[in-house]
Amino acid sequence: MLRYFLKRLGLSLVTVLIVATVVFFMMRILPGDAARRILGKGTTEEQLVALREQLGLNRPLVVQFWDWITSTLRGDLGQSLQYSSDVGELLFPAIGYSARLAALAFVLIVPISVTGGVVAALNRGKAIDRVITVGGLSAAVIPEFVWAVTFVLVFGVTLEWFPVTAFPDDPAAGFLDYVWHLLLPSIALLLVLFGYIARIARAGVIEALESDYMRTAVLKGMTRRAAIWRHVMRNAMLPTIAVIAGQIPYLVGGLVAVEVVFNYPGFGTVLLTAVGGRDYPMLQAGVLITSSVIVGFQLLADMLFAMLNPRIRTAVAE
Amino acid sequence: MTGGVAATGDGAARRAIRRERMAQLRRNKAFLAGAVILAFWLVAAALGRWIVPIDPEFTDLEFTSLPPSGRFWFGTDPLGRDVFARVIVGSRQILVMSFSATIIGTVVGVALGLLAGYFKGWFDIALMRLLEAVSAIPVIVIALLAIASLGGASVTLTVLIIGFVFAPIIARTVRAAVLGEAELDYVAAARLRTEGTPHIIFREILPNVTAPIIVEFTVRLGYAIFAVATLSFLGAGVEPGSPNWGSQVAENWQMIFSGEWWSTAAPAGAIATLAVSVNLIADGLLEAFES
Repeated sequence: MLRYFLKRLGLSLVTVLIVATVVFFMMRILPGDAARRILGKGTTEEQLVALREQLGLNRPLVVQFWDWITSTLRGDLGQSLQYSSDVGELLFPAIGYSARLAALAFVLIVPISVTGGVVAALNRGKAIDRVITVGGLSAAVIPEFVWAVTFVLVFGVTLEWFPVTAFPDDPAAGFLDYVWHLLLPSIALLLVLFGYIARIARAGVIEALESDYMRTAVLKGMTRRAAIWRHVMRNAMLPTIAVIAGQIPYLVGGLVAVEVVFNYPGFGTVLLTAVGGRDYPMLQAGVLITSSVIVGFQLLADMLFAMLNPRIRTAVAE
Repeated sequence: MTGGVAATGDGAARRAIRRERMAQLRRNKAFLAGAVILAFWLVAAALGRWIVPIDPEFTDLEFTSLPPSGRFWFGTDPLGRDVFARVIVGSRQILVMSFSATIIGTVVGVALGLLAGYFKGWFDIALMRLLEAVSAIPVIVIALLAIASLGGASVTLTVLIIGFVFAPIIARTVRAAVLGEAELDYVAAARLRTEGTPHIIFREILPNVTAPIIVEFTVRLGYAIFAVATLSFLGAGVEPGSPNWGSQVAENWQMIFSGEWWSTAAPAGAIATLAVSVNLIADGLLEAFES
């Protein structure tokens, strides 16, 4: 198990390193001068020299890359070009906000989608099955911002059931008030992921229902309900865990658009501002952190998968 | 996935399977609905300016922010432009961009997948690493990064980025299909006939893995629509002011707070119908090919 874990960890680190390399060289791939692109036309030679000095652009590429990697590992993400402060100081609070939104969305997505998939599987071929599978996937292909804008229009402006910003005005607001404000954006994120997870959960349940061990369980006198709880759920959840982990990049991507609509100061908003302001250090750090978080969650899911699946557990132990 | 009969390369059997699949698709109501909606938007994209009654760029400051009426079917936006005309004409850019991105991704992805699945070895390993790296960053974030570093949003850049991101994903599907095919007798027979490698890959294996490629193409097309719309909404996918549904939502959605819902609802609804139609088609194809 430990060896399997170390191997997966090594592969994850390789992935993050590839991302870091691609991100770093993408910023410098264009012929010409990054400093000139940042400052735009009509800048003096002194300004260019100063910025090159500040960014370290006057040194060889390999040295720059090494410097960036080592200082990032030390936790120094560099200076923002737009705001005169540390990238970390701006980025980490924003990531904290996004994490809250993503966490609430996740807490809603997993049980609702899995339940949807199980209900569809137990009613296979009936109308409710079609509604969940076809409806779920149709909802999933509609972009988050379309859902978000629709929700603001219907539930925020017309019905006035929900607040239209993701943040309570009162800074001393309680936990439930925060959750209440984050509910609409979370549902927008939920709708885009529900279909995929429900479909996999459904397939897992159907496969388990048709299996020999299920027949054995029923034949030896177990009630259907008990057999479903004891045998089907456990086996059906395995592929579902893998799929949920695979959806995390989409969840993170969806944050950007949803945060814009609900005026939420999360990481997506910061990233978008950084794009507009050509804030390269901020972008580099933001993308690197995003991919590390995603890779980390995928590693976690792999581990969970291996621990829950006796076949992998024993294969790994050998 | 292609089944044992097709794998023998028997033309008549392959045609019989195709007929059966077509018949199944014609019976699938969801698939037909998707096809009709997509056809509608394709016609709108092709004929756009010739079928709308009012110039979509014409700003009439006497008629700003009017609700839907007999004269302005979907109302007018804050600049007095006809929302219906802008939605019809706006179908062109998103369709052209989504199809181009998906075609680029499919061509590159199929080539990579065929090579990785057939030769395996270091090329396969490198491709799978690349895939892991690409799937560790959301498409939207990759696109934002590229737009920032390559200097400004443009249609071409957005199309290339989406195509580039799709290629390894499509390659994985093709690779998996090729791995199964390469073990079969007809490939061994072709080798015994001393056929060249390009012949084996493109003339023998490729025709037998078209089913997963078609399904993957349709699924990716749906994602491309999703990505193009989102990037346009974020102001990062296309030049500002483009007649594009995503940009139209971005320009007008703040107006919903003052009661003007139509200039947002029309392009948002258009995105939803297009995305859902492609999804219904993909779903129908998947069902037909898997049975």
